[in-house]
Parts: sequence; structure tokens; C-alpha cells
Amino acid sequence: MSNFAIETVGLTYNFGSQTVVKDLSLQVPKGSIYGFLGPNGAGKTTTIKILLNLLKSPADQVFIFGKEINANRIASLKRMGALVEQPAIYGHLTGKENLVNRCILLGIKKSKYAEMLDIVGLTDAANKKAGKYSLGMKQRLGIALSLISDPELLLLDEPTNGLDPNGIIEIRNLMIDLTTKHGKTILVSSHLLAEIERTATHVGIINKGHLLFQGTINELQDLSKPSVKIETDNQEKTIATLVSAGAEIVQQNEQTVSVTFKTKVDMGNMNTLLVQNGITVFSIGKERKDLENLFLDITSKN
Amino acid sequence: MRSLYISYFSEFYKSRKTLAFWAAIILPILICGLIAFGFYSGSDKVLKYNYPGLALWAQYSGAALNVMGMLILPFYVMFMAFSVNNIEHKNDTWKTLFSQPLNKFSIYAAKYLYALTLLFICLFLFAALTFVTGHLIQLLVPKYTFNDYNPVLILTKFYTKLFLASLGILSLQFILSLIWSDFLKPMGIGFVGTIAGIITANVGWKHAYLIPYSDPTLALRVTRAKGAKIEDFPIFTQEIWVSVIFAAVMFIIGYFILSKRNIK
Repeated sequence: MSNFAIETVGLTYNFGSQTVVKDLSLQVPKGSIYGFLGPNGAGKTTTIKILLNLLKSPADQVFIFGKEINANRIASLKRMGALVEQPAIYGHLTGKENLVNRCILLGIKKSKYAEMLDIVGLTDAANKKAGKYSLGMKQRLGIALSLISDPELLLLDEPTNGLDPNGIIEIRNLMIDLTTKHGKTILVSSHLLAEIERTATHVGIINKGHLLFQGTINELQDLSKPSVKIETDNQEKTIATLVSAGAEIVQQNEQTVSVTFKTKVDMGNMNTLLVQNGITVFSIGKERKDLENLFLDITSKN
Repeated sequence: MRSLYISYFSEFYKSRKTLAFWAAIILPILICGLIAFGFYSGSDKVLKYNYPGLALWAQYSGAALNVMGMLILPFYVMFMAFSVNNIEHKNDTWKTLFSQPLNKFSIYAAKYLYALTLLFICLFLFAALTFVTGHLIQLLVPKYTFNDYNPVLILTKFYTKLFLASLGILSLQFILSLIWSDFLKPMGIGFVGTIAGIITANVGWKHAYLIPYSDPTLALRVTRAKGAKIEDFPIFTQEIWVSVIFAAVMFIIGYFILSKRNIK
């Protein structure tokens, strides 16, 4: 038995002569929330469509719960729920009817719709035409549709797109609930790291079809080196003093300067040195580069 | 099989509130209603000809059948083939449909069968309403001779021919609407095809039957053996065969197009 809900092995996919996904080896562990990150046009949606067999992958490159997808299309799809790009809903049907239609297609009890509407908070809008829903409501309905079959694996393509802050928090909590209490696996794509870092246990960063990073969220954080951020009354003198003492300037702006963090003692020594040179130190502290900047670093290097 | 059944059932469920579905019911009611009203309100003029039962039924049903075969049926078929597929194009739901755990052929076949069902409902209602309204007018205008002849067999045969003859157009239009999401391409091709069909059928070109669009018009031209009864005409004439074979081939081609194509 494979421990991965999704595993791709050197997946390469072309649209005509254009390579959209190149040598991609995703490994999504069971029970994880896998944040699939990348800027727009990086190949996220294409990858998700390949995982759903909407785009045909070469043989033996995509495995869902250890089974090759092309040979086990229906069995794999039975275990998956998905929200791809804009939620695909029938505008002329009400929210409730959209869910009932999905129940028909999946051969499950039609009464399931009420529970789903409740989960995504659309009970009051159940009998309104889905075409008249706001973007956020459509997104919620899309999530309800992907959840209705109670799938083991959820693929959510930018699920918080168009949601208000409250909605975003609800979806976040829902995802955590689904994995911790119900043992589901979720692959969630986004172009915003900030949105993922609070929920994801694992992260994969993709740009221009290449997987640039894959690992746990902690491994990603370890990549960023801490620095010491110093604010003083005399910027120029501060820099001169620090450089002559052998410190490495990482970043500077009008008010602050950052140098590489070595040890706490070293940080204390820097403070003493500045004070002894007649500089008033307003603040000095250890800082870790936030993931957002790290993400930009990783994707822009490529 | 179960896959096919649930996909088919879902087609009904999702389109039951759309014009595509209701057109199959409204169209025959409207046209038969108009003809019935004409025969009722203009009964003096019709009665002057003193038609015997058979000729009266021929006049009455012909009013619907002739326009049907030529114009309304091809256009209805085009519109229906378009809307059955457009429901997915418009809502961008092909991707959802094909990411359900159902086999692709069932989804495709269910859509095709659903279109076939709508066509059947529409033509069945035409036949049934012609029969019912004929007898209704008889009650209102007792001088009519509708009671003198039982048209069930002849109506059934004509409408069966019409149904089979329009399968070719249905399959072709179905594929066009499957490939293109816009209205103009399938409609434009269908329009040109229908005009070409009418012209080639009417000038009596001997190979006209090879064009699916002329098959409904041709199907209504009935030749009988000498001395045969009025109801004795074959259903499976050459244009019907062409239409049915063409439909079967197109149906298979359509599936291959769909299964090879990536879902955007």
C-alpha cells in the first residue's frame, strides 16, 4: 500500500509544443493538507486536471492511492472530489437542485444536499437560482458539490477565490476539520502563500511547470535564514560601524538595516558596539524572513 | 448500464426547466392548436369541398406534416442538439461532468439518447394531437367526416418515417454542437444544409437522399404499388436507411472525438 494519496512520477505534459508541466514528482501524503503553490500560469490547474484525468497523462506517471490513473479512472474518481477553477454549476438550477443533480450522478441519497448546504452556509439561499449567486456563494456551492460524495481526497483549486475574510476563515477551518477529524487528504492550490501557511502541513511550490520545492511547512520555514533588524538614529554611521566590525548587511531601507543573525551573544555585542560609538539604538531584534518573501525568492530565482 | 441510466436521468433533471425540454411539448401543442383552430373557425370553407374521411384527414394532418418535414423539424432538431450540449458549454460544466466516476461513453450516450427522447416526444405529440384535435373538431362541427376514417396507422407510419429520417440531421448537429460552444457555427451549417436539402429534394436530384438534410422532405413523398391500399407504403425507403446509417456512424465518430479530446 502506498502512503501517498497522490503520487506523480516525472510527470510531463505538453499543450501542443508548449510544455506546461515538466518532470513533476508530487508526493501528497495521506491525511495531509498539501498546499500547491505557484504564481498564475505556473501549471497548477493543468496538474489538477491531469489528476482528475480530464487531461490524459502518459502511462505510469500519475498514481492516486497507489493506482495508475488511466487504468483505474472510475475507481480513482470515486475517491476524489474536486473544485476546478471557477465552480462549474448550472446557473438555471437552484443551489439545492445543483446538489441533487450531483447526488443523482453519484448514485447517493438525494437528502444529502441539506447537510452540504448547512456546511457551507447556503441553507437560506437553497432555492435561489445559482446563476444569481455572488462569486463567494458560487464558490461555496462548488465546495459543497466537491464534498457531497464524502471523498477521501479533495482537490481544491483556489477555493477561497472571491470569498470574504469570514468565508476564508470558514473554509480554512473546514479543511482542518476534514483532515484532522475525518482523515481526509486535501490538495489545495493557491498563488498566495499567506493563505496556505496557516493550514497546510505540506507544501509544493511550482513555477513554469517545474516543482521548485516540496516538503513540510517546517522544512520550508527552515529555508529562511534569520536576520537581525536594527533601527537607530544614524543609519549611515550604523552601517559603517557594523561593516567594519565584520557584519554582513542583508537588507536596508530608510529606517532599518538587517544583518545576518549568528548568535544571541553576537547580537548583544552589536548593540554594545553601536552604543559605544554614540549611536542611539531604537530597536534591535531577531527576525525571520516571512514565507511570503521566501516564496517570492523561490519562484523568482527560476 | 447503471452509469448510462443515471446520466440519462440527470439530463432530464437538469434540463426540465429549460426551453430545450419544453419546446418538445410546446411546439406540437402550438402548431396543432393553430391548425385545429383554423379548421374550426374556417369550417365553412373546408366543408365546401365535401372531403370524404380519408381526404379530410390527409388535409388536416398534411397541414402539420408538410411544414414539419421541410422547415420546422430540421430547425427544431438543430436547436435541440444545440441546447442539450450548450447546457454544459454555457455553465462550463464539461469538466465536472467528466470528473464524475462515470464512464465517458455513458455520459455521451446519455446525452444523445436524451436528444433522441426529446425528438420522439415532440413527434409523438404531433401525431397524438393531430388525432385528438381532429376528433375534437368533429364534436364541435358535426358536419365534418373525421369519424369516417381511422388515421392511426397512417399517422404512425408517417411520423415514424419522419423520426427516422431526422436522425441523420440530429447526429450531425449533435457533433457540431458538441465541438463548438457557440450558437452560430452549428446553426449556420445547419441552416445552409437545410436550404440545400430542400432545394435538392425539390428539384428532384436523384442523389438528394444522400444529404441528411433532405431526408425528412423526401421521407414524406410516398410511392405506392399500383392498387395497394392507402396505408400500404414502406417505412424503410432508401432515404430512411441513409439517415439511420449516417446517424449510427456519426454517433460513433462523436464518441471518438469526445474521448480523444482533452476537457478544457
